[in-house]
Amino acid sequence: MSAPKKDEAARPLLALSGISKSFGGVRAAADVSFAVERGSITGLIGPNGAGKTTLFNIITGVYSKDCGSILFDGKDLGKSPVHERVSLGIARTFQNVELFSGMSVLENVLVGRHVRTRNGFFGAVAQLPRHRAEERHAHEHALKMLDFVGLAHVAKKPAGDLPFGWQRLVEIARALASDPALLLLDEPAAGLNAIETRQLGGLLGQIRQRGITLLLVEHDMSLTMEVCDCIAVLDQGRKIAFGTPRQIQADKAVIAAYLGQEEF
Amino acid sequence: MKPILRNILVYGAFIGVVAAYGLLQKSTYYLQLATFVGLNTLLAVGLNMLMGYAGQISLGHAAFYGLGAYVSGMLTVHLGWSPWLTLPCALLAAGAVAFVVGLPTLRLTGYYLAMGTLGFGMIVNILFREFRRFTGGPSGLPGLPELTIGSINLSHGANALFLVWGCVIAAFFICERIVNSRMGRALRAIHYSERAAAAVGVDTASAKLAVFVFAAVLAALAGFLYAHMITFISPGSFNFLASVKLVAMVVIGGMASIWGSLLGASLLTLLPDFLHIFSEYEMIVYGLILMLVMIFFPEGLFRNLVKLYERAKKR
Repeated sequence: MSAPKKDEAARPLLALSGISKSFGGVRAAADVSFAVERGSITGLIGPNGAGKTTLFNIITGVYSKDCGSILFDGKDLGKSPVHERVSLGIARTFQNVELFSGMSVLENVLVGRHVRTRNGFFGAVAQLPRHRAEERHAHEHALKMLDFVGLAHVAKKPAGDLPFGWQRLVEIARALASDPALLLLDEPAAGLNAIETRQLGGLLGQIRQRGITLLLVEHDMSLTMEVCDCIAVLDQGRKIAFGTPRQIQADKAVIAAYLGQEEF
Repeated sequence: MKPILRNILVYGAFIGVVAAYGLLQKSTYYLQLATFVGLNTLLAVGLNMLMGYAGQISLGHAAFYGLGAYVSGMLTVHLGWSPWLTLPCALLAAGAVAFVVGLPTLRLTGYYLAMGTLGFGMIVNILFREFRRFTGGPSGLPGLPELTIGSINLSHGANALFLVWGCVIAAFFICERIVNSRMGRALRAIHYSERAAAAVGVDTASAKLAVFVFAAVLAALAGFLYAHMITFISPGSFNFLASVKLVAMVVIGGMASIWGSLLGASLLTLLPDFLHIFSEYEMIVYGLILMLVMIFFPEGLFRNLVKLYERAKKR
């Protein structure tokens, strides 16, 4: 019994191989391959338009890939739709926070719990003991997630009324509510001030401690270099480097890609 | 106030008002008018679940209203079935049609969905007109049986009022529970951002389809009640204008507001009655009301009335 377990631990949680995607004549991803190790924080960086968000959308199933394969926990994701991938354990946040603004903070997180709950129209109306129990557990779990990001005290407020930094945290809590194995964060530090960014770094570490693997696109280089174990660098849809932050900082191709566009 | 206590009070008052009206109102005319308000409320609350909560516009909702009426009408008139037997047939037929139509149509969004449902509504109306052998064609289908239980006639006067409003109260109760449930939250999430709802794991296609079928079944129930109350149905009651009127009820009363549906339906049912003089210009008056509401009360009348009340209470 021990052999397959070892095997599972060694297998990367997410393995991309040969992913390509074109929009018209533009190659947004060209033969991208890399693996995200279980329990790691992996960064995905690159100049603007390098195809980072496109890759996120391919992993989550928003876009279909032209070719290549995505193995998640050893299983080929094929053409499975977005919601199925969430239920397999892939959660995400958006570059421009996308909360359900008129709904309360708690309700937002509860929607994040959708894939782990089953109540349908019948359950809503009949409210048998098991339906009530599920709803109660979902509430407890959602509150726990809000408490984790430090926002349990605004649970009843409309999500759209919160300051931007908090909305970002609600979005993370919403993604965590689905009990993901892999969390994709699209520029989580964008729009945050220096203090909030530092707190975010701490939060990412805490999320990893919960056993969740993280893959993040980020422009804030000091944050990326600080929290990531591995970094993949994209440029014009191609992977040009993959390695530890130290290796990436010394990589000639990476420096060439960034020169004149962004400072390290 | 605790939500349970509030619910008991609200529904108690609601039932009280309906009961008092039914028992005290002696005029057949005003009883029937109130019954029609109930039918339109039933239609509006279903459409509000689809449009107000899930954010999916339908310009063909009257088609399901018509399907409920015609399926039950044709089965009772041509085959002589009891209306109680045709009721499940009517609901099932409307639900099945909604399922088949919704499958491709709900992939559309915005204007395209509006166009798709508009086209569907028109096609159904043309079928009502052209299948003369079964539907009676443009001149309508007469001779529907009335609803009876033993010797009690449920198609007239206060009994009809109680039956229709009983359905309204049940529908309100069901809709309120759905809105505050897992599925209701998913539907509202779709309204705010379908992309984000899918990204957090909502199967948006099935959720939209489910609420579309739900709204259709509710409309078919209203159609069934209408058909056996009037005992005569014609395509004109279920045409494009009827669909637009339903949308107007939802918008005027308030999108995503169950009690707003009651207000919108009451207003648009009673107003033409009080404004006889305008009968020629009915559509102009509707348009004007719709414009004024959109400009001054974009959240619908119900929400704004609640806000006014709360502001007055603070003073």
